[in-house]
Amino acid sequence: MTTPNEYINTVGKAFEKFEASLNGSKSTFLHELRKESLAAILKSGLPGPKHEEYRYTNFGKALEKSIAYEGIVAETAAASAPTPLDSFEGYKLYFVNGKLDASRSDLGDLSEKVTVTSLASAVKEQGDLKEYLGSIVKSWPDAFSHLNTAFAKEGVFIRVKKNTILDKPLYIIHSNDTSATEVLAHYRNLAIVEEGSQLKVIEANFSTGANTSYTNTVLEIFCKKNASVEWSKLQLENETALRIDNSLVYQERDSKCTINTITLSGQMVRNNLYIALDDENTEAHMYGLYLIDGKTHVDNHTSVDHRKPNSFSNELYKGIMDDQSHGVFNGKIFVRQDAQKTNAFQQNNNILLSPNAVINTKPQLEIWADDVKCSHGCTTGQLDNEQLFYLRARGISEDKARAMLLHAFAGDVIANISVGPVKEYLEQLITDKIEN
Amino acid sequence: MSKDNQILEELTKSDYKYGFHSDIETESAPKGLNEDIVRFISAKKEEPEWMLEWRLSAYRHWLTLKEPTWQNVTFPEINYQDIIFYAAPKQKISPKSLDEVDPELRATFEKLGISFDEQKRLTGVAVDAVLDSVSVATTFKSKLGELGIIFCSFSEAVREHPELVKKYIGSVVPVNDNYFSALNSAVFSDGSFCYIPKGVRCPMELSTYFRINAMNTGQFERTLIVAEEGSYVSYLEGCTAPMRDENQLHAAVVEIFAAKDAEVKYSTVQNWYPGSKEGKGGIYNFVTKRGLCSGDGSKISWTQVETGSAVTWKYPSCILKGDNSIGEFYSVAVTNNYQQADTGTKMIHIGKNTRSRIVSKGISAGKSQNSYRGQVKVMKRAEGARNYSQCDSLLLGDKCGAHTFPYIDVENPLAIVEHEATTSKIGEDQIFYCNQRGIATEDAVALIVNGFAKEVMNQLPMEFAVEAQKLLAISLEGSVG
Repeated sequence: MTTPNEYINTVGKAFEKFEASLNGSKSTFLHELRKESLAAILKSGLPGPKHEEYRYTNFGKALEKSIAYEGIVAETAAASAPTPLDSFEGYKLYFVNGKLDASRSDLGDLSEKVTVTSLASAVKEQGDLKEYLGSIVKSWPDAFSHLNTAFAKEGVFIRVKKNTILDKPLYIIHSNDTSATEVLAHYRNLAIVEEGSQLKVIEANFSTGANTSYTNTVLEIFCKKNASVEWSKLQLENETALRIDNSLVYQERDSKCTINTITLSGQMVRNNLYIALDDENTEAHMYGLYLIDGKTHVDNHTSVDHRKPNSFSNELYKGIMDDQSHGVFNGKIFVRQDAQKTNAFQQNNNILLSPNAVINTKPQLEIWADDVKCSHGCTTGQLDNEQLFYLRARGISEDKARAMLLHAFAGDVIANISVGPVKEYLEQLITDKIEN
Repeated sequence: MSKDNQILEELTKSDYKYGFHSDIETESAPKGLNEDIVRFISAKKEEPEWMLEWRLSAYRHWLTLKEPTWQNVTFPEINYQDIIFYAAPKQKISPKSLDEVDPELRATFEKLGISFDEQKRLTGVAVDAVLDSVSVATTFKSKLGELGIIFCSFSEAVREHPELVKKYIGSVVPVNDNYFSALNSAVFSDGSFCYIPKGVRCPMELSTYFRINAMNTGQFERTLIVAEEGSYVSYLEGCTAPMRDENQLHAAVVEIFAAKDAEVKYSTVQNWYPGSKEGKGGIYNFVTKRGLCSGDGSKISWTQVETGSAVTWKYPSCILKGDNSIGEFYSVAVTNNYQQADTGTKMIHIGKNTRSRIVSKGISAGKSQNSYRGQVKVMKRAEGARNYSQCDSLLLGDKCGAHTFPYIDVENPLAIVEHEATTSKIGEDQIFYCNQRGIATEDAVALIVNGFAKEVMNQLPMEFAVEAQKLLAISLEGSVG
């Protein structure tokens, strides 16, 4: 068996091949960044089970399969299958097996004040990219983000110019088709939302096929003064999918950011969410739902870094675990010495439905300022018998009553998604899942 | 505000009351640690062969371990070769009665408020006093003996009740449990042993008083409490040390074994020397405490008031193995100046319908760091397990920190685990409310802090509650951020 750290040796070799395939673009700052990240990952190795942040989530076994790095993107890109989101109104970007599918993508009448382009062209066209790309990752490093920085060449770049409101949501739809071969995708997304602007993004992930689908993605969001961002992640991959999602947000004064993370399937999913509140009067909302069964393993690690006074953060993560599924939650709240008058709330509720399901949760507060209001609550249990009784007493069958209660439990999270059709779609998915 | 700060300063300046040093002749081992020292200690204690072997195996295991670094505290590296691992007050013959104890020694304990005579007459608390490395006196022995209760120093237990010691030592905290417990197992010098036979309810509180006196010494004591079926005991522990510029190490092990329907209540008021206002000196308090609820329906309750030590690192834990067993943990941890505390508990639910309750109150002031670290683990078999945890932190001043690291691991769908935590400071409105009613600011703070900690204080036995409340007041009264 290859341990993650033996595996790391193959990373170096893979990088050489990757470098060779880049022909020409080696002189860019991006390539310097790649080399730095590679050095970091070669030094640290991939986190094993002894690593505090990864003690419940060991990718070693998954990586042992040694998805060949040379096959970073399966060149035989399959035609992307239709997705349930296709008919929703909005701008669409489709990615298949790690590559942009330009034929299906539709940016329609996108205002000139909004730039949506691929990472590759952003490197050429956006002069100030250097200031942004990788800068939040630096303050919250992670082995998998380094790996992403070293290997990513595909991704979405979004810039919303000053005082612009994107009229329709932007859908970024990723599908991995692994029916022919294993797929490894490194996506690197970057959004810059300038002063007074608003952006709504729905990022949906699907996968099909029996081979392993491996995705390691990094998203950096810059919320400038008074900007507002809502980014929803729908993780709906099949049971062969491994996913590591690093999302990092940097907020300036008076900005507001909402991140929704909904995980309904997959083999092993790890979400790292980091939000830096670097000025006064900032507001961050984090909502998460993991409703899982089978052998799915979902790990949500979130961190909010209150650096300046008068900021507010609110976090609600809920989990329902059935069969042999395994849920992990770790929520960190940091309140720095300067961040007086911080208000931070965090809640994590879990329901275990089967004797083989496991939940590991660790709500963590680290506070260096005295004039703050911080609280967290965490519960693990099962459905309330009294509530069940109440419904049954009104002639509702036990199955139906259970489904209703679970639906209500999960609904608290879904309710925060402001894009109507997406909310309805998720509600339906949840209902189907609970009733089966 | 400036007035508040003044009050805060005045009160936090109040000196460590127990910082005196008694001039008692001691004999000690040479500095450093090696197999010879382990043999030396064992020989000094006139221990049987198996005990020496046990120590040596612990020592050999210790050599293979690395000092842990995961805890949220920082301190300079400990040089284990610079510590005296054994120091004992010189006393020619072991005292038959209290009257034979060295008067200087008795004076020391009297200064600490533990007057043996008085204890004997008035309070009805049996005391085992440990100075530096050895137990110097145990009171009420004969009276307890009538009930079959054994309460004596550890070395005496090894000599007189080897079968009991052999059976239970290391059964709850194994030799190879962790770095400091392995160290303790190798070099522990004395401690208390307590055995409550079946069905006996111990009629008085049993108490141990620990005191580090000599310079450069580390104190490594070991406490073993065995409660047989249906018995009950309430056990108290207190500790102090003189003020010294260098750091001293205290690495103790406490093991509690509770058989079916037994109940053990263990209360600690920890007041080791916390170091100077500038963070110089003080005790490193690295303690392993664990209780095993072995039988069905047993109960172990930990109550601790932690006010001393430069660095505290301890997690009194309960392993709830028997069905319907109960674990409790009540803690008030106060840190001031440069103190650091990383403390909490572990509740391991193994048996069915096991219940645990955690109430932890952290108070940080000055430039101190106070962490709660706890684990609630519900194993697969633990149907109907129930846990409720509450950890609240109070911050006094803007240079201190409060941290919470609760681990909740649940593997059974019929378990209910709840965890709540808050962090706050004393509200201006609360102070204002008191001021309005003619209560001065410093009294108001004392009132509020006491109210904050009350849930835990209520769990302490009477004698301790008074002491603990005073301690709390000395450490913090009047600090309004």
